[in-house]
Amino acid sequence: MARVEVSKKACAVNPLKMSQPIGGALAFMGVQGCMPLLHGSQGCTSFGLVLFVRHFREAIPLQTTAMSEVATVLGGLENVEEAVVNIAKRAKPEIIGICSTGVTETKGDDVDGYIQLIRQRHPELDHMGIVYVSTPDFKDAFQDGWGKTVAKLIEAFVPANETPSQRASQRVNVLPGCHLTPGDIDELRDIIESFGLEPTFLPDLSGSLDGHLPEDFTPTTLGGTSREAMAQMGSAAWTIAVGEQMRLAATALERRAGVPFVLFDRLTGLAPNDELIEFLSRISGRPVPLKFKRQRGQLVDAMLDGHFHFGAKKVTIGAEPDLLFAIGSWLIEMGADVTAAVTTTHSAVLEKLAIDEVLIGDLEDLENRSKGADLIMTHSHGRQASERLGVPLFRLGLPTFDRLGAGHELTVGYRGTRTLIFNIGNMFISQAHEPGPDTWRREEENVTHFGGEPAPELVQLTAMA
Amino acid sequence: MSTLAAKVQEVFNEPGCDKNKGKSEKERKKGCTKQLAPGAAAGGCAFDGAKIALQPITDVAHLVHGPIACEGNSWDNRGAKTSGSSLYRTGFTTDIGETDVVFGGEKRLYKSIKEIIDKYDPPAVFVYQTCVPAMIGDDIEAVCKAAAKKFNKPVIPVNSPGFVGPKNLGNKLAGEAILEHVIGTQEPEYTTPYDINIIGEYNLAGELWQVKPLLDELGIRILSCISGDGKYNEVAYSHRAKASMMVCSKAMINVARKMEERYDIPFFEGSFYGIGDMSDSLREIARLLVERGAPAELKDRTEAVIEREEARAWARIAPYKERLTGKKVLLITGGVKSWSVVAALQEAGMELVGTSVKKSTKEDKERIKELMGQDAHMIDDMTPREMYKMLKDAQADIMLSGGRSQFIALKAKMPWLDINQERHHAYAGYEGMVELVHEIDKALFNPVWEQVRRPPPWQEKTWEERANEAIAAEAAELAADPVKAEQVRREKRVCKCHNVNVGALEDAIAAGSLTTVDALAEATHAGTGCGGCRDTMEQMIEAANAGGAVPASKAA
Repeated sequence: MARVEVSKKACAVNPLKMSQPIGGALAFMGVQGCMPLLHGSQGCTSFGLVLFVRHFREAIPLQTTAMSEVATVLGGLENVEEAVVNIAKRAKPEIIGICSTGVTETKGDDVDGYIQLIRQRHPELDHMGIVYVSTPDFKDAFQDGWGKTVAKLIEAFVPANETPSQRASQRVNVLPGCHLTPGDIDELRDIIESFGLEPTFLPDLSGSLDGHLPEDFTPTTLGGTSREAMAQMGSAAWTIAVGEQMRLAATALERRAGVPFVLFDRLTGLAPNDELIEFLSRISGRPVPLKFKRQRGQLVDAMLDGHFHFGAKKVTIGAEPDLLFAIGSWLIEMGADVTAAVTTTHSAVLEKLAIDEVLIGDLEDLENRSKGADLIMTHSHGRQASERLGVPLFRLGLPTFDRLGAGHELTVGYRGTRTLIFNIGNMFISQAHEPGPDTWRREEENVTHFGGEPAPELVQLTAMA
Repeated sequence: MSTLAAKVQEVFNEPGCDKNKGKSEKERKKGCTKQLAPGAAAGGCAFDGAKIALQPITDVAHLVHGPIACEGNSWDNRGAKTSGSSLYRTGFTTDIGETDVVFGGEKRLYKSIKEIIDKYDPPAVFVYQTCVPAMIGDDIEAVCKAAAKKFNKPVIPVNSPGFVGPKNLGNKLAGEAILEHVIGTQEPEYTTPYDINIIGEYNLAGELWQVKPLLDELGIRILSCISGDGKYNEVAYSHRAKASMMVCSKAMINVARKMEERYDIPFFEGSFYGIGDMSDSLREIARLLVERGAPAELKDRTEAVIEREEARAWARIAPYKERLTGKKVLLITGGVKSWSVVAALQEAGMELVGTSVKKSTKEDKERIKELMGQDAHMIDDMTPREMYKMLKDAQADIMLSGGRSQFIALKAKMPWLDINQERHHAYAGYEGMVELVHEIDKALFNPVWEQVRRPPPWQEKTWEERANEAIAAEAAELAADPVKAEQVRREKRVCKCHNVNVGALEDAIAAGSLTTVDALAEATHAGTGCGGCRDTMEQMIEAANAGGAVPASKAA
């Protein structure tokens, strides 16, 4: 229903968007024993590294092919080879995940070709997986890099077998979009396991970036989806994809191993979670556990309590398409008006958002559309606009660097939705103004009427007394 | 690109840079543009360095010409504070797309400059070149020139694509940009005999303001701080200062030196970190100003202020002594001059542990100061296990380092304090040292340590015990197997930039009967990157000539 417009400006002011190679790198961080490697100059990597460290407050494994000017012109074969060999020697990863950047894409490096050559020259690395994803900085955005990388992981590690003789009926694959936090993944795992199902998440940031104290030091990722787990995804009964960005990966898995998929374009709100629970009950053949009945009741009650505070509130959102759709749709269901929606990249889901317009733009666009709003929802970079406009900011998405616990924010499931109602509702409640004598005075009325010169009738009254 | 190449060369011939002076003519030509080891490198790029150096100029628009990665992934991540305009906190980027890459991004750049001037009307626009537009041939200097003429406003090209080199090269390229296009283009309303420039100070966490009150008290005017809390016109008329202070990091040594050359402004290198260094800096400022014609009584007033401030600072640090005496500090990185804080820590009764402190002769200390600038690389090259071992072996009570290694300390349940660029506390001047000791005290005595170190009652073995066992097992294995021990020793890396290990160096020394570091560098490429390993190479040559191999513990 929404019309998707693209900002006409030449200059992006206060970017909302982040680049797709680091989206890809983050996806690799949800794979066990992996070292993400950006094929580009050093800054490409260090910016991503700092961004993730500030958001997750965890050590981040990320490497660079350190392309110099000369190497860029001549082509990066030597650098990719040297990087792969160095990483294999130093970090001993099970998988190296390579994402290209703007520099190497502009040159047109044939990384797939390089990998073939490296494979020939280094048989000692045969045991190690090498996955390459093309992710130019000058195209698409963060969530696209994530989605493409998951699809590539499936192609690399799920054996092609369109008609497996046997499917494990209790096993399901879950492909979460990058808008799901490690906390969200934990919540989904809990929900799915409650039906006696065994989920495999790809990628799985819950084991790698959820802030637990590690069992040992490792230079690569901690936790995450293992190669064995990926190899078995082809024999699962179902795939659950969360977010439109995961359609590519879910389709790849279906094509490759015949696993049917269901795509939830969001898991925030009552209706989509009803659908999820109903679906899980159906595929598991088990009745809905009592706890979800309780949780559903609690959510409905929270919606009733909360709707007073959400009704007709003007909210503006700046987020990547899937996150924008999930939160925006739910806010509209709560009675709020999403008066502006700014996003980073094209996606089929944007048109489904029940508002007039979605703008592909930046935080300046969001700021210009947020005057007089009741709430701004975007990542931490929105705090400057929030200060200037005097409109409170609800931090949403990545990067959230000025609050603790970004990795544990919860937006999915009955419980996640309920938490959102409370957190946002409380912000609305704390905004409520105490009325004063001038609250209802219209501006055109002469305020000095009583404040300055006494009104004629009062003078008259005084004279009479 | 030929002009950029020439500029990079010029920066490397910088006579003020000891690191370059230490290299042979040939190596110097290669400069820091030499390839860093892929897959083992960390740290920012030249663009990053240029942006860091100039962004603290608060009232100009900083426009990044490139794809979204360069600004979108990085903006708004440093805490340089401002007393006025906050335009510098706004992220501007051309966010070029596929079409621009194919057809060129110059038009978009020009339009972007116009939009910025129309909407924000800053006194100037700084345009940063990045890798992709540099590759496709966008001529930002020409666009800036055209835009400056058309809009009658300074538009400054900062030609620093990331792939030309590391962060410190970018700092210097930024310096070249303002030398060429900004400094000397305006005149101050008036001058005084007490006008100074501070170069290479970025007012992170407001540190400049810990120093400024003392200068104000002495009647010394900061004509221009390049670039902390700076304004465009202040930089533009900075050539009228009487003297400059180059803040120790040397990031913009070329600016200080060329201003001396062009405008006859003498400079000295000083530091605001540490009580002794702070006093020395005040003294030097006064000395230079008096030399340039300020009344001699300035020196006496300065000494009086120093005496008062030092006494006050030591008195304020003294109360911590009781709690901190005997506590051990591990200083790992030198994003700020770690060595300058040593005196304050010692005054508070603390002890410094760690490899770098063992060589504490005067010359060594000087050399370590040189190395500190490159230490960020050293940290990143260590595996977490090595760092844990270092923490454990040093038996330190607290680690002071940069933010990237924080999790190694924290996950090892060790108190940690950020003394690097991203820190939120200001540690400059006399105030800053008291603050630092206070922060250390706060971190060390937080009751949280006792709690988090307590293992769950049902756990038989803690993670630390397992890690210790693994380390001990590894050591035992090496002790039992001399062949493997030798192999490990030889694999120890010496040159982090070019990934050259002990074995390769020893072989080269033996094969070529090399007696000088330059010859060894020629043969192996080691020591031709940051130059941080040249001391070790020298030691190895000495040891080889003395007939023995350098133990691995000393080799890195």
